[in-house]
Amino acid sequence: MIFRGCVWKFGADIDTDVIIPARYLNLTDPWELGQHCMEGAVPGFHKKVKRGDVIVAEKNFGCGSSREHAPLAIKAIGISCIIAKSFARIFYRNAFNIGLPILECATCSDQIDEGQEIEVNLNTGEIRDCLKGQLFRAKPIPPFMQELIRDGGLMKHLAKQLRR
Amino acid sequence: MGMTITEKILASHAGLEKVEAGDLVNVKIDIALGNDITLPLAIEELERIGIDRVYDREKIVIIPDHFAPNKDIKSAENCKRIKEFAKRHQILHYYEVGEMGIEHALLPEQGIVLPGDVVIGGDSHTCIYGGVGAFATGVGSTDLAAAMLTGELWFKVPESTKFTYRGKLRKWVDGKDLILYTIGDIGVDGALYRAMEFTGEVVDQLSISGRLTIANMAIEAGAKNGIFQPDEMTEEYFRGRASRPYRIFRSDPDAHYVEVKEYDTSQIEPQVAFPHLPSNTKPISQVGDIPIDQVVIGSCTNGRLEDLRVAAQVLKGNKVAPYVRLIIIPATQEIYRQAMREGLFEIFLDAKAVISTPTCGPCLGGHMGVLAKGERAVATTNRNFIGRMGHLESEIYLSNPAVAAASAVRGKIAAPEEVVKG
Repeated sequence: MIFRGCVWKFGADIDTDVIIPARYLNLTDPWELGQHCMEGAVPGFHKKVKRGDVIVAEKNFGCGSSREHAPLAIKAIGISCIIAKSFARIFYRNAFNIGLPILECATCSDQIDEGQEIEVNLNTGEIRDCLKGQLFRAKPIPPFMQELIRDGGLMKHLAKQLRR
Repeated sequence: MGMTITEKILASHAGLEKVEAGDLVNVKIDIALGNDITLPLAIEELERIGIDRVYDREKIVIIPDHFAPNKDIKSAENCKRIKEFAKRHQILHYYEVGEMGIEHALLPEQGIVLPGDVVIGGDSHTCIYGGVGAFATGVGSTDLAAAMLTGELWFKVPESTKFTYRGKLRKWVDGKDLILYTIGDIGVDGALYRAMEFTGEVVDQLSISGRLTIANMAIEAGAKNGIFQPDEMTEEYFRGRASRPYRIFRSDPDAHYVEVKEYDTSQIEPQVAFPHLPSNTKPISQVGDIPIDQVVIGSCTNGRLEDLRVAAQVLKGNKVAPYVRLIIIPATQEIYRQAMREGLFEIFLDAKAVISTPTCGPCLGGHMGVLAKGERAVATTNRNFIGRMGHLESEIYLSNPAVAAASAVRGKIAAPEEVVKG
């Protein structure tokens, strides 16, 4: 899987209350959740993002609550992939479980500029800055997680197993 | 090499003799917990693959506590949805408003979660049950759906860090201060993906309530779980309370830890976490002059009877400062009843506090105490992220119940000594 999109940069410890404030947790529809995605950090974020864009962040992205509404909201507005130095563990599981690809890369957030177009190869973990041509390498996605993404998330993966 | 308590519980539930950090294991789940925020999405996941069944109706717990009693129509629809799911599948542990409490206070109290269990919950503070020696961790709605359907979930066995607390506890210092101090030391990702194992003479003497407070906030350091070795006190707590037999696991003396941290608690003052991270801590003596608008005493972190007793001790004979709101939330109906019997409500009402029905409410900016632009709150809750309790430009300061109560009386962040007479 290869994605191409522009970069939206975020800092360290972006928490789930920033990604989707708890006052909207009475919503379950991903599109409705998306309307409030990151509204605390970037007002109108959902209107500014173009389909395929990529979030590039510092360490511990998605810390805090277990709310799956967070990756759902990000996916719903068209973000194709998140690249961060590290992810909070519940967010990490949730993202794969709902089929939102995420990559851990130690250097991307230091060297890629906001708005820059990048190309992300999920299979190889390679990230290319389309302007400078610079190549970054993310930690490879564990085989089990790759299987989840191929199957379209955990429940589809389970359904496939249960049918066997 | 031996195993840690976390490794032993995971091995036993995976049907293995031994596991090591990094192993990917499929474990049997003793309790899967969902609430009015996370369960609706889990139900949708089950519907999406067209399977309307659960693995074991006795191993699922459903509690409407976050936006219940229902704060608006959408929340009401969510609560209705999880109630109908509970009815349809005859879920044994469903607690309607009137019986319900904040989930993480209710489950140990009712003896539903037990030592040695593997507990997963669609709520990040599920890690609290490590306080009684269970492996417990928060998951998202899809994992919750998978666990309800199959009775199992995959986990990577976490590396363990050991935190040892020695020395004496100062006056007014409790579990909340130890965990805030620890998070202040290691940071909000200081235990990322790891198990935090809490030991030492200080925690051995800490009450179950205090241990629950500490384990509750392991997630605020990024941990997968926080855990205490069950002991005499744990067994005493569950006597006459446990809903089924349970197993005690303890770490081997030669178990492997990737890191060991030791703290001398004689040096630890009551802590206050400043906006906007739980790691942003200061000792109470260095807080300075910070006027406040609201105080919340409650939540899964600090809404147990012991917390209310401490608050009452500070509030007795005092009044909440003018223009300040003090909201006290007993975490369960049982705690509510007991606090009333002990006369704590008289003290709270005399002090001009309000007493709420059990709910997570203001902790996550849901209802029952949301902050306006520019307002500041002291809260015994667990998170002080931007906008967590209301407006994006409001501020939350986290503390223990004694500091919170003293702050309500003084109208600014204050040490308990400033208001306790005699």
